[in-house]
This record gives sequence, structure tokens and C-alpha cells, in this order.
Amino acid sequence: MHRIISKKKIAEDIFRIVLEAPAVAAKRKAGQFVVLRPEETSERIPLTIFDSDEGKGTITIIVQVVGKTTRKIASLGEGESLLDVAGPLGNPTHVERKGNIAVVGGGVGTAVAYPVAKAFKEAGNDVIGIIGARTKDLIILEDEMKAITSELFITTDDGSYGRKGFVTDALKDIIEKNPIAEVLAVGPVPMMKAVCNLTKQHNIETMVSLNPIMVDGTGMCGACRVTVAGKTRFTCVDGPEFNGHEVDFDELTKRLKGYSDMEKHYIGHKGCNLENKV
Amino acid sequence: MKEKHDRQKMPEQKPSERIKNFKEVPFGYTEELALNEASRCLECKKPMCVKGCPVNVPIPDFIKLVKEGKFAEAARKIKEANSLPAICGRVCPQEDQCEKLCVIGKMSKPVAIGALERFVADYEREKGDITIPKVSGKTGRKVAVVGSGPAGLTVAGELAKKGHEVTIFEALHKPGGVLVYGIPEFRLPKKIVESEIDYVKQLGVKIVTNAIIGKSATVSELLEGEFDAVFIGSGAGAPKFMNIPGENCVGVFSANEYLTRSNLMKAYRFPEYDTPIPRGGVVAVVGGGNVAMDSARTALRLGAEKVVILYRRSREEMPARIDEIHHAEEEGIEFHFLVNPIKFICDEHGKVQEVECIKMKLGEPDDSGRKRPVKIDNSEFSVKIDTVVIAIGNDPNPLIQKTTPGLEVNKWGNIVSGKESGKTSIERVYAGGDIVTGSATVIEAMGAGKIAAGAIHKFLMDEK
Ligand SMILES: Cc1cc2nc3c(=O)[nH]c(=O)nc-3n(C[C@H](O)[C@H](O)[C@H](O)COP(=O)(O)OP(=O)(O)OC[C@H]3O[C@@H](n4cnc5c(N)ncnc54)[C@H](O)[C@@H]3O)c2cc1C
Ligand SMILES: Cc1cc2nc3c(=O)[nH]c(=O)nc-3n(C[C@H](O)[C@H](O)[C@H](O)COP(=O)(O)OP(=O)(O)OC[C@H]3O[C@@H](n4cnc5c(N)ncnc54)[C@H](O)[C@@H]3O)c2cc1C
Ligand code: SF4
Ligand code: SF4
Ligand code: FES
Repeated sequence: MHRIISKKKIAEDIFRIVLEAPAVAAKRKAGQFVVLRPEETSERIPLTIFDSDEGKGTITIIVQVVGKTTRKIASLGEGESLLDVAGPLGNPTHVERKGNIAVVGGGVGTAVAYPVAKAFKEAGNDVIGIIGARTKDLIILEDEMKAITSELFITTDDGSYGRKGFVTDALKDIIEKNPIAEVLAVGPVPMMKAVCNLTKQHNIETMVSLNPIMVDGTGMCGACRVTVAGKTRFTCVDGPEFNGHEVDFDELTKRLKGYSDMEKHYIGHKGCNLENKV
Repeated sequence: MKEKHDRQKMPEQKPSERIKNFKEVPFGYTEELALNEASRCLECKKPMCVKGCPVNVPIPDFIKLVKEGKFAEAARKIKEANSLPAICGRVCPQEDQCEKLCVIGKMSKPVAIGALERFVADYEREKGDITIPKVSGKTGRKVAVVGSGPAGLTVAGELAKKGHEVTIFEALHKPGGVLVYGIPEFRLPKKIVESEIDYVKQLGVKIVTNAIIGKSATVSELLEGEFDAVFIGSGAGAPKFMNIPGENCVGVFSANEYLTRSNLMKAYRFPEYDTPIPRGGVVAVVGGGNVAMDSARTALRLGAEKVVILYRRSREEMPARIDEIHHAEEEGIEFHFLVNPIKFICDEHGKVQEVECIKMKLGEPDDSGRKRPVKIDNSEFSVKIDTVVIAIGNDPNPLIQKTTPGLEVNKWGNIVSGKESGKTSIERVYAGGDIVTGSATVIEAMGAGKIAAGAIHKFLMDEK
């Protein structure tokens, strides 16, 4: 059992949770994730390790409520526990000193991008950050990102905060003004795809962290398979980061929707039950 | 001498009933059936059957106890050699092992050793008559076991009985390996696996779940830390795909994913359990082994309108157990022999719609001695389907091999270990089960575990 030490709402439907997981905290490196299961009937879902404290034996996760499992996690209060936390999983980010790194986080992807950005910063790189979201209320981790970047740009689709537009608009300007050694992009698939289209034109190496559906997270099931450079790779053991210029994003988009009908039906079903009870 | 009884058939659920539920198919022997069947055994002085059993269960001895009505004692007798009799009685390919060599088999049908083993183990469990064997005095030596499949559970149980302190590290959230995530409920009820695991725990074995060796800790770290020896029983867990176009379409699953969703995550009880799995429609299963049969029969129980098995060789070469092929046929699964998929076709949402196949014929025998299937030119045809399950085998998961410098592996990535000892190329590191042999059987994995336990025990005591 993994007790929740603290829980904070950081945006609409997005929570920052510190939980006990000493074995994971002792081993984790930037770029890795855990697979967790809140209770016996739950799915196993992957979440990035946002931060960790080896001394206290805790890890921090940032979770956005999108479906049943994430809602269950978000419904737990401080002092309550998650049943299973397995990890750290996935390969740590390959961090070296390269020069200027642009880190792009879209929506809750910023939570995945932040630990990597921090590791790049600690390795002596100059990190320029961009965070984007649909609207002001969904911008997360602004202060944290500010603390590790030389410059931080914010974009919102509706212009309610920062620059109106997409992260790619801001990235374009940055690329034109600075020599960028590498771009790291994490967010919704269309965003990562757009970033990669842009950086390809400028020949800038671009890493993306992929978020396919997973089951075990240990290379046993193949649910997380993606096509990279024409080859099938398992995100949980070969990734989660890949060269963005080689990823088949369209396939990933389709595979992510593989269960939406069933899960909608499911939410519908539970909804009915609730209505019946009322 | 004329036999008093024919081989006693185990009563089972009717096919039309059982395809609608996940309950176990055979009901097991009644006491009367067990006594009748036991009476067929000649209690040979030089029992051939024992030679066919990879762990040398004292078959005539336990059957003698059955004849005397001492069922719980019979179970204990088996447990001297095999700590998981309720499981082996159900899933051992007895027709290729113990029963294959039974002398009665020369005149009529062999003694139903598996069914008797199952009966006494179930009797012992249901009567709550399980006694925990005396554990030797503590040796103060510590052993880490990686993986909680049959190999790991056996090593752990044997070493615990000898007084060593054993910790199993299991990557998943439930122990049992393929017994929990692979083999379906209707063939091996999970409550039986749980009770066998409880037994191992009662011997003093500690099981740590959610611990992925290679990530949570490496083998070298275990050796540098508190452990005197490490046993690797990580199985053959990485699914093989066919590498043909369209394989990543939505609706194309590895058997591992399909069975894990249904068994481990209990998707068959969706929406009571949250993990989804597609239901209904036409399901094609590619392959001809136990895994293919389990996938096909699972699909049927999940409500498929039709399930077809696509196998590239002929019926004779199918590696699945005869019983299971027979069960699958009774349940109405269609077998298509000498066909192989070459392409999956999907719609604009990426959802699989059709599988394009090519007809095959058998050519010269390959390395395994089975006739090699070869394509028949211009024989392509396609079948409309909704779900595909690929059950063409597993490779070893490379995680441990990659994170353990100096560990010798063969060209397929299996760990190399001594047949008589389970010793690997690294001092104090042993391995056994599917990670060494490639996909094999439960009882062979247990046999390897037993051998390694013996070698580990000797090493720990000699060193002392
Ligand atoms: C390596 C990795 C790291 C991740 N890190 C984080 C993180 O730090 N914070 C966070 O909030 N989320 C993260 N995710 C995504 C998270 O795993 C999913 O949001 C979660 O599995 C949804 O589960 P659910 O049961 O709540 O929703 P479901 O009911 O399963 O799905 C609801 C909806 O979300 C979509 N969906 C399902 N799985 C995913 C997925 N893996 N990614 C995106 N959409 C999905 C479905 O299409 C569906 O429409 C990560 C995913 C991966 C693979
Ligand atoms: C669907 C199916 C049906 C089968 N039917 C039969 C049958 O009827 N009869 C029969 O005799 N055999 C059958 N088999 C084969 C049999 O199950 C295997 O041969 C046997 O389980 C192998 O045992 P094992 O202990 O070597 O490995 P496994 O049972 O595979 O167990 C390995 C365990 O190690 C864990 N693990 C892996 N890597 C790590 C790591 N890095 N750290 C920690 N833990 C790890 C895994 O999660 C797993 O729990 C079947 C197999 C399948 C898949
Ligand atoms: S363990 Fe398997 S092979 Fe050995 S006697 Fe029992 S059923 Fe036969
Ligand atoms: S070979 Fe057959 S008859 Fe002889 S002891 Fe074994 S089971 Fe009994
Ligand atoms: S999640 Fe199962 S192989 Fe990656």
C-alpha cells in the first residue's frame, strides 16, 4: 500500500500528489514512470514520476483526470492509499551537455517534460521553455519551469494568458533567434506531431515522450507498441522517449482511441447506476 | 487379466453451457471415480510412469494411498516431489509425460494419473487438511528469487523447507507468472493458484510484488546486498509478432495482452473490473499451441459470434495438448489449417477489418523435425474479422540479461544454465524455467526449479 502524503489541485482536474514509494524513490531517474493501480478492480495505468525524495521515500505524480482510473486516484484524500505502484519503468532520459535545449510542454505533458528539463539544466545546458494549453486555467507548473529555464514562453489557444496561439508559434521564434541543439516535446499527439514537423524543417534533433495505452509496462504484452523508423517498438521498454522525426504519430492517435467506445459505454453504464440510485 | 474398470472419464460442463461462463470445464473426480481409477494401477515395482514425470512424483505410492482412501496423505506424498499438485494435475501434458509411459497404456488406456493427482490435491485443500511440512532450522542464508512462476515458486518452496530465508521479487502485482496472467480461469481456477501460493508463503517465503529486477534493483545489487544467491525464473514473457503490414491496427492483440487483460486484470468481469477487452464479433487466433487454444476459448466466452484458428501447418503438427484441441472443437471453434496471415487491413480509424491469408503446404522437415510450411503462390484470400489474437510464441524478456553484465545468453536471448545445477556464467546466480528453455511446460519449469534448489542448497551449505 502506498499512502498519499499530500495532494494539491494545481488546475482544473489536475492534481499533484506525493505518495510513499520508497523503492521507486531510491532508483528513479528523470524520464521514468510508474504503473499504478489504485484498487483491486482498477486498470494499471502509467504516470510519469514528476519528482522524488529518496530521504523521505516519496515520489510526486501529476495526474489529470481523463477517465475512470485517473478519477479514482484524484478522489483519494491525504492519508488514503494506492494499492500498487510498480517502477521505476522505462529508460531514463539520456542527458548530456549539448548547449541550448528547448523544452516544450503541452497541457499535462508539462508534468512529463519538467523532470527532463530539470535534468538537462543540472547537466549544464541552457534550457528555454515553452508551455502551452487551451486556456489559462490549464497552464500548470509555471513557477517550477521558470526556476529552471533561462526564458519561459507561455501560449494559450484562446489568448487568455501569455501569447495567443500554439506552442509551435513560440518555438518558431525561438529557433529563429537561437541555435537550438535539441528540442524535447511532450503533450497531446497533435502537438508533438506539429513540433516535429517544424523542427524537421530546421534539422533540429527532437525527442518526444510517448503516451500509448499500457498494461504491464514491462515488455510483456505489446499494448504499447508504436512504429518508429518503420519498426515496431514497445514504448515501455524501448522508450518512452523516441526520436520524434521517426514516430508514426497517426498510428499512435488511432491506437490511443482503441477503447474509447468501451470506456464511454462504461462511464455511461456507471452513470445509469448512479441515476438508478438517486 | 480383464480390467475391472475402464479409464474413468472426468465429468465436465456441457459445451453449450460452458461457452457462456468462465467456470472450470471438468468437475474433477468424485471419490468413487477416484477409487475406481486408482484400482487400475498395478503399483509397478519399477514404475515407468515415474520416469516420464519431470519431477519424479512417487506415482504408485500416492495411488496406493488413494486405494486405501487416504486422500490427504496421498496429496502429501505427491508434495514430497511436487509442491503444486492441484495445478499440475490440471495443466501437465500428461499424455506426453507420466501417462505416456504407464504400462497399462500398452494394453488399454493409461491410468489417469493427472486426474488422480488433481483429485487428492483438491480433497486436501477443500477439507482444509493442509499440513505445512516441518521447516529445518534456520541457516541464516538468504536467497533472492526473480519471478513467481512455477520455477520461482518451486525454488523458493524447496529452499525455505531447508531453512533458508527466501524472498521472491515479482514484476506484476500478483504472484503466479503464467499461472495467473496466461492460463484462463476455466482451465485453472485462480483460487487454486492462490492457495498453492499461500502454501509457499506459509513455508516462510516472502513475496515482494511490483518489483522489476533490472529496474527496481539489478541482480548485481541483490548479490552485493543481503543475498547469498539469486535464482532467475523470469519466464519467456516477450510476445512475438509476425512483422506483417497492419499488425499495429486497433483490434490486433498479442495473446499475452489479450489473456492478461482477461485473466490478470479480469476484463471478463468488465464493468465490475475496469480493464476493457473487445467482445463479440469474429475473432481470429493465429497459432496452434496451448496459448492459441486458451485465447480462442477465451474469445468465445467473451461473446464472440465465431472464433477461427489460423494455423500454418496441419493438425498433426499442432503443439497444443490433445485435450485442449478436443475441448476447443467441442465448443465450436473453427480450425483452418495450412493458412498463414500476410496482411491486416483496417478502416480509417485504424480498426482491423480483414485479414489477408495465403495457403500453405508442407515441405521438408525443419530443425524441430516438423514439416516446414511453404507458401502456395497465388492462393491469397481474405477473411472479415473484428479482432485478431497473435499466439505464435514468446521470446525471453531481455531486461535482466541486459542489466546483468557477464550473464551468458544464447543466440535467442535465453540464459545459459547448467542442466544438472541451474548454474549460470555468474557465480552465485542460477536460472531455470522458460527463461532458460524457451516456452515449455509448468512441470518442466518446476523440475528446473527443484534442480537449482538442490544446487543452491549445496552451495550455501558447503560455503558455510
Ligand atoms: C509513459 C506515460 C506517462 C504518462 N504520464 C502521465 C502523467 O504524468 N500525468 C497524466 O495525467 N497522465 C500521464 N499519462 C497518461 C495516463 O496514463 C492516462 O491518462 C491514463 O492511463 C488514463 O486512464 P483512465 O482510466 O483514467 O482513462 P481511460 O478511461 O482509460 O481513458 C479515458 C480517455 O483517455 C484516453 N487515454 C487512455 N489512455 C491514455 C494514455 N495513455 N494517454 C493519453 N490518453 C489516454 C482514452 O482514449 C480515453 O478517451 C502517461 C502515459 C504514459 C504512457
Ligand atoms: C496461455 C498459456 C497456456 C499454457 N498452458 C500450459 C499448459 O496447459 N500446461 C503446461 O504445462 N504449460 C503451459 N504453458 C506453459 C507454462 O505456463 C510455462 O512453461 C511456465 O509457466 C514457465 O514457468 P516459469 O516459472 O519459467 O515462468 P513464468 O510462469 O513465465 O513466470 C515468470 C514470472 O517472472 C516475472 N518476471 C519476469 N521478469 C521479471 C523481472 N525482471 N523482475 C521480476 N519478475 C519478473 C513475470 O512477471 C512472471 O510472473 C502455458 C503458457 C501460456 C502462456
Ligand atoms: S506432476 Fe505432471 S507429469 Fe508428474 S505425475 Fe503429476 S501430472 Fe504426471
Ligand atoms: S506405470 Fe501405470 S500401472 Fe505402473 S505404477 Fe505407474 S501408473 Fe501404476
Ligand atoms: S505495456 Fe505491455 S509491453 Fe509495454
